[in-house]
Amino acid sequence: MTSGNGNQRFALFGGCDVPRKSTPELFMSAVAVCGKLGIEVEELKFAPCTGSGIVQSKDLRFADTLNASTLAMAEDLGMSLMVICSTCQGVLSQTNQRFRENPDYLAEVNKELEDLGLQYKGTTEVKHLMWVFLEHLGLDQLQKMVTRPLTGLKVAPFYGCYILRPSSALGFDEHPERRDSLERVIRAVGAEVVDFRGKNQCCGYPIVSDNEPNAWAMVGNHTMAAKDLGADVMVTPCPLCHMNLDGVQPQVAQARETRIGLPIIHLPQMVGLALGMQAWELGFDRHAVPIQRVLEKIGAS
Amino acid sequence: MRVNLKVRRLNPENGGEPRFQSYSIDAPESATILDSLLQVREEMDGSLALRCACRSAICGSCAMRINGQARLACKSKVVALAAREGDEITVEPMGNMPTIKDLVADMTPHWEKVRAVQPWLKPSGPEPEREYLVPNRTMLELAQPMGCIMCGACVSDCTVLEVDKTFLAPAALAKAYRFVGDPRDGAGGGRLNMLSGGSGIWDCTRCLMCVEVCPKGVDPLGQILKLRSRAIEAGLTDNLGARHTLEFEEQVRAASWLAG
Repeated sequence: MTSGNGNQRFALFGGCDVPRKSTPELFMSAVAVCGKLGIEVEELKFAPCTGSGIVQSKDLRFADTLNASTLAMAEDLGMSLMVICSTCQGVLSQTNQRFRENPDYLAEVNKELEDLGLQYKGTTEVKHLMWVFLEHLGLDQLQKMVTRPLTGLKVAPFYGCYILRPSSALGFDEHPERRDSLERVIRAVGAEVVDFRGKNQCCGYPIVSDNEPNAWAMVGNHTMAAKDLGADVMVTPCPLCHMNLDGVQPQVAQARETRIGLPIIHLPQMVGLALGMQAWELGFDRHAVPIQRVLEKIGAS
Repeated sequence: MRVNLKVRRLNPENGGEPRFQSYSIDAPESATILDSLLQVREEMDGSLALRCACRSAICGSCAMRINGQARLACKSKVVALAAREGDEITVEPMGNMPTIKDLVADMTPHWEKVRAVQPWLKPSGPEPEREYLVPNRTMLELAQPMGCIMCGACVSDCTVLEVDKTFLAPAALAKAYRFVGDPRDGAGGGRLNMLSGGSGIWDCTRCLMCVEVCPKGVDPLGQILKLRSRAIEAGLTDNLGARHTLEFEEQVRAASWLAG
């Protein structure tokens, strides 16, 4: 790396079954893009699921212990923890915040980690790949490495709640650029931002199995709003948002008796395209909404 | 500092079509959005309707959407906001509720939901001879939901409410925990049963919008999560939300190396 904080390796948190099984194209494209950009990663192969905010509502302490073990593994390697999912970012940042505010609580959790030979001192920084682009690689550097600028492509950002809120846990005061980090990356790869209100809202994924009508309404509202504003494609740093906005979109369109057809791509897939990578390297064949027209528009088909 | 307040106007007596009207004002360093709106009303346009009372972030009257986010107008400094988000500041009434006029929202649906959770203590069993004794720690925990000033900011920006008007929404649910979590209350099971039904605690997506916009640090989502945990403890698991949580937890436990 030539800018930002110099050479730095990251402990990569692959996450749960989502990036590994449900959206393997995310993990694959993230690793490929890091390789291409010279961002070195070392995967934490045995790190468990964060609890995704769900286990937290049943047994917060168990969930925090789980996440303390992941944070401790990165700490042992002397690396920041890189995540590729908005939800992982938020859940791990919230865990860190609780430990920072209450050192006695961390001490209690550490007692449970003793058997595993782990101790968490509380120093691990959690950084989404999107923030690594901004704060370590540098967007100037990213821009320099773009070989296929996405000129003319209209991209709607969709963040995923947990990478935005609560802002107090996410370091927004020290890093105000994190508030619009996704728009910054979209512009750095030469594309045009389609700003819309839904970008900061919930995709509906957390309730898709509990309250399908509400989850579907969210998918329909967000994708159609972006489409109405002229978006060619929507990009998200969160695989859970991807699963709902992409996976459920055809059924929602059918239920609303309309066509939506808005491709939803993962953040590293968008960057990969701009770096000149081939569509097959980025796993687009796994998407429910085909992205052929996006590839044609940027001359990658 | 010179700023442009772009205010959403709506006069139902006048056709009822909303429009934006801009007011260029000079705001001193100390001015809040509320100060500036009052300045507009007093010096530029007496027809501007808004609600306010204490001007000290206590009464909860002046919640409105400022630059797209629900905030108390009396707690938002003009100059700081302009420095961060630009010198054109958009001011609208709260979302997720009808507008009566200009910046005045009709909070009736919100009050109905607050009443629906039965926000009063319902002691059961024999009355103690002297006062009820409650551990200090319990009341400290309840101080957070008790800090709610019912301004409606969390209701305005709730992402579930945008697609489902029946959702009880964060303020009423946080208020419910204030009583469910009180050891003097004997209605726990009944209230939790109602909250576990449709439009209740399991319909929240945990999007954290309520936590972000709450001007009093009430952490409404945190209270909703405590209600979920209490409902499961009370055996109210015959619904999709609770079953989803229990199954998910079981999977995570099975796949992790931590002993249960």
